[in-house]
Amino acid sequence: MTWRPRLAEGTAPVLIVLLLLLIGLAIAGPAYAEPSGYLALLKRAAPLMILAIGQYFVIVSGGFDLSVGALVTAGVVIAARLINGSESATARVILLVLGFGLLVGLVNGLVTTKLLVPSFIVTLGMLLVLDGAIFLWTGGAPRGALSAGFRTFGRGAVDVPLLGEVPWSVLILLAILLAAALFMRGGTGRALVAVGDNEAAVRLSGGQVDRLRLLAFVLSGLLAAIAAILLGGFAGVSAQVGDGLEFRAITAVVLGGVVLGGGRGSVVAAAAGALSLESLFTLLNLLGVSGALESAVQGVIIIAAVAYAALGSGVPQRLRWWPKQRDSARPAQPASS
Amino acid sequence: MSVLQENTLPVRSRTTRPAMRRRFTPTVIVYLALVALLVVGSVLVGLRGEVLLDQGGILNILTRATALGLVAIGQTMVILTGSLDLSVAYLVGLTSLIAAETMAGRNGMVVPGVLLALAVAAGVGLVNGLVITVLKANAFIATLGVALILRGYLEDNYTGPAGDVPRGFQHLGYDRIGPVPVAALLMLAAAALAWWYLSRTRPGYHMYAVGGDIEVARLSGVPTRRVIVTAHVLCSVAAGLTGIYLASRLGSGAPYVGTDAGYDLESIAAVVLGGTLLAGGRGGVVGTIGGVLILATLDTIFDDLEVDPFFKDVVRGVVLVTAVALYARRMVASRARGRLA
Amino acid sequence: MTPGTTTSVRLTGISKSFLGVPVLHGVDLELRGGEVHAVMGENGAGKSTLLKVLAGVHRPDGGTIEVDGAEMSFASPTDAQRAGIAIIHQEFTLLPHRSVAENVYLGREPVRRMQVDRRRMVADTRELLDWLGEDGIDPTDTVASLSVAQQQVVEIVKALSTDARVLGMDEPTAALADHEVELLYDLVRRLRERGIAILYVSHRMREVFDLSDRITVLKDGRFVTCAPTGELTSEDLVRHMVGRDLGEYYPDRAGPDDLGTVRLALRGAGNDRVRDLNLEVRAGEIVGLAGLQGSGRSAVARAVFGVEPFTRGLVEVDGVVRRVTRPRTAVRLGIALVTEDRKGDGLALRQSVRDNTLLVRRAALRGGRARARSDVPALLDLVAVVARGEHQEVRFLSGGNQQKVVLAKWLAVEPRVLVVDEPTRGIDVGAKRAVHELLRDLARRGVAVLMISSELPELIGMSDRILVMHDGALAGELPAGASEGAVMALATGHGIGEAA
Repeated sequence: MTWRPRLAEGTAPVLIVLLLLLIGLAIAGPAYAEPSGYLALLKRAAPLMILAIGQYFVIVSGGFDLSVGALVTAGVVIAARLINGSESATARVILLVLGFGLLVGLVNGLVTTKLLVPSFIVTLGMLLVLDGAIFLWTGGAPRGALSAGFRTFGRGAVDVPLLGEVPWSVLILLAILLAAALFMRGGTGRALVAVGDNEAAVRLSGGQVDRLRLLAFVLSGLLAAIAAILLGGFAGVSAQVGDGLEFRAITAVVLGGVVLGGGRGSVVAAAAGALSLESLFTLLNLLGVSGALESAVQGVIIIAAVAYAALGSGVPQRLRWWPKQRDSARPAQPASS
Repeated sequence: MSVLQENTLPVRSRTTRPAMRRRFTPTVIVYLALVALLVVGSVLVGLRGEVLLDQGGILNILTRATALGLVAIGQTMVILTGSLDLSVAYLVGLTSLIAAETMAGRNGMVVPGVLLALAVAAGVGLVNGLVITVLKANAFIATLGVALILRGYLEDNYTGPAGDVPRGFQHLGYDRIGPVPVAALLMLAAAALAWWYLSRTRPGYHMYAVGGDIEVARLSGVPTRRVIVTAHVLCSVAAGLTGIYLASRLGSGAPYVGTDAGYDLESIAAVVLGGTLLAGGRGGVVGTIGGVLILATLDTIFDDLEVDPFFKDVVRGVVLVTAVALYARRMVASRARGRLA
Repeated sequence: MTPGTTTSVRLTGISKSFLGVPVLHGVDLELRGGEVHAVMGENGAGKSTLLKVLAGVHRPDGGTIEVDGAEMSFASPTDAQRAGIAIIHQEFTLLPHRSVAENVYLGREPVRRMQVDRRRMVADTRELLDWLGEDGIDPTDTVASLSVAQQQVVEIVKALSTDARVLGMDEPTAALADHEVELLYDLVRRLRERGIAILYVSHRMREVFDLSDRITVLKDGRFVTCAPTGELTSEDLVRHMVGRDLGEYYPDRAGPDDLGTVRLALRGAGNDRVRDLNLEVRAGEIVGLAGLQGSGRSAVARAVFGVEPFTRGLVEVDGVVRRVTRPRTAVRLGIALVTEDRKGDGLALRQSVRDNTLLVRRAALRGGRARARSDVPALLDLVAVVARGEHQEVRFLSGGNQQKVVLAKWLAVEPRVLVVDEPTRGIDVGAKRAVHELLRDLARRGVAVLMISSELPELIGMSDRILVMHDGALAGELPAGASEGAVMALATGHGIGEAA
């Protein structure tokens, strides 16, 4: 069989939308006549794209992660307080922030898989806990400052042969995207999608469903921590830095054609969804649409995207927003036959 | 269905168990927890030489419970139906503005203001329901989308409080009978109405059916689309009532009064805390009110103990996850018992 | 409901095809009030389709339906319901968290003064339950608290509450344990006495002889015969259903030289469903595991595979005692299980043929062994899957091709013990034959196959020897080519001791 490049199902629409938006940008803004304009766009979009990639792992395996916004805030606030302007602490704190993300993901995953609490509730609880704990710790307002070294990842650039100045965040994003795409092509990645599609089939094929789910949450937590590092550098320290990012990341993933409830969609499309969202905001900005209307447009777009996916492609979106709970006690066949 | 899904084994026990299980439904557990919380809280507050359940304490708990209670009543209906509503928080802000701006300080405009706010709320609910049933969008996305649209409208048109509620209408927010606010009584009346609707009327029965298994409901002739749309309209109307109540308390409309309080996720938390299955089909308003009272009591206790307000969020998160984990364990346990029987 | 009035239904020349594949060719059927009319046939004979035509689920392409002499056309199940026809499908349609009465009147709740008239609902439900003599069920019980058999009674009450005079039952015993089957028989007889016409679809010989007044046999979607039950013997029935010599349809059995070492052995194994199991399966042989529904056949499969492990006794794999407590362990020991519900737990339906083929490999193995992918086309060739390509989603494949993908996913890890539970359920004749040949081919390559099937001809045709289960234990062993009668005798509990 000859190898042909193949788009995962549901990827094409988001790529077309993205292309149209990029063309729109080129027409509307002179800055987008040159590659540097797009690099700047990519730099802005990098944190959201990374969050969307993390969220993708959780959604495709059948869950939700509502805690990533709070986790981003936590990451930034912790970094600022611990670094407190000291360059020498940077490396240590970056590792700590990554470790924190990992830990939060681990807790989310363990509570979901071991205590059988729906991930929506677990991560909602985590959101509350993180929000409260961080402010408890900082006393209400973030203190301290990030070091220049820390901020390099979010705002600095590096000379790359042929391309010129490329922002660090873009390089990090591309590395993550590449790794995620390869992971999803591999056995573990495919098994993760299969868990979202039919958990029982994976279990009866000898798969470790709980471990796969756990992995998804850990990856989401880790990627949220990376997004926090980039955002901290890019946007600076504030207690609102992560506000609403969880919903924005979910929006991006859904825009990428990934089905809530799991089992369908590609990680590249999820990232493309995030880039589309960011391009859209940029375009609206260029067109002079008030920033306030941004979210209204976002709302219309995600409804349209999901309705299109449900009505247009003949692939019905799962009717339930949440996969049926395992208690259903549906009197099917008896266990003995 | 599969013979091999260990998780969906039919419950096969015959006799002894139901009596036990009926006694300790999640609803009962919620109220036992509430009583326990009140006792522990009274002791802790008492150690500081104060009283938790004095006039002010009761007033405090009930006032806190009123707004969240109203939103949560509506949220209970959509969650029971197997849906959910993430747009309520912005809708609360929007309806507070509509009510206050229509009234604009005039006593004669109170009724039109209330009616207009409720009509807009019902319209938003209708949109939610139709997007879900006709456009077949996932409820999570549909209501998130509507929430974003409302947010855009609010951000575009308002920067802060607007409108003016006539003094007379503020009685709704502040009048009380003894330590009990009138508004809290109205909220409980709304809860009673919702309870009656869900457990005594045909559309209420159908909400349980759609949430329990939409295919079974459809095959049995339940008009599933209408049921889902109705649930969303009622949920939005409940959010509208909340907006009106808050306008009366604040004296004006405030765009972010709903989101600042996090009524979207908070109401879902209260519903689930009250023992309603997030997936729908089981639970009810009575449990939800218990959940709301627990959250309100926790807040009041922490205030009395002068605990850092941010600590409340932490406790809330832990309480929520713990409660749901307990319900889940009970189900697993009862399944295991059923299997051996 | 007015007990005593009877209804008759006549189906004439019913034809139906799906996507151009004819399933029914001009089938005739007549049903009278107060009779149990059995429809028999092999899988794929068109029994369920015929029932669904009667229920208004499918519209026939040709032919007529008459109820009491008046020609009807059913556009939906509701139309059929109005004509007094109700069907109890294989899947239950109850809400587990709601009460019996709430389920019975779901969608048709009586309303009085704005409220659901709960008193009447409960009273009417109780009346129907009493009418059926089922006083063990209270209308206010939650469905989830009932036994499976009681839940089925609720299904029947739900059907009757629509004033049904004609009741179709599709494999009603499929979900029941043995003692519950007896209760169902009683119930069906009571319904008959009360003038209800019952269309009883089954492929179980014993049930049909126990219950029915007349039998219609279908084969490959065609009407074969209709006769009073008393005028038919089970041999006649088999001949009508199969219509051909059984032997020629199955691949050659293993010869003495083909048998190798013992791959799987159970020594006194048991758990809370099965007990005292002693059996061996050798490399190169296909061992049939027969038994009625509820006899513990599938429980053995699940225990061997570690889903619901044995709690007593020993399991030996290739001569080594092993503890198999979860599927993952089983897979790594070279045990494979083709479950009886391929859509429910065999396949991830929205994933590609390729992903499903590699499912076990990826899920259960690590490192290089999991990564190998070049052999997918070879595997698919081996099982002869017909698909548009390996990237097609499996939900678009026919049942037969889906089952081949299930087999391919196991072949990808080269199992040494293959347990197949109803491997040909719901697939067409051609695919069935391919599956049979594949199983025999695997046995020849040294795989030990343990095969469970409800279709006795298949089980007898395929097996090198047959183990028969009854009530959670092995009732005996029969040699290759044993008669159906011998198997049934053991399976029903007769003749224990003489055969073993």
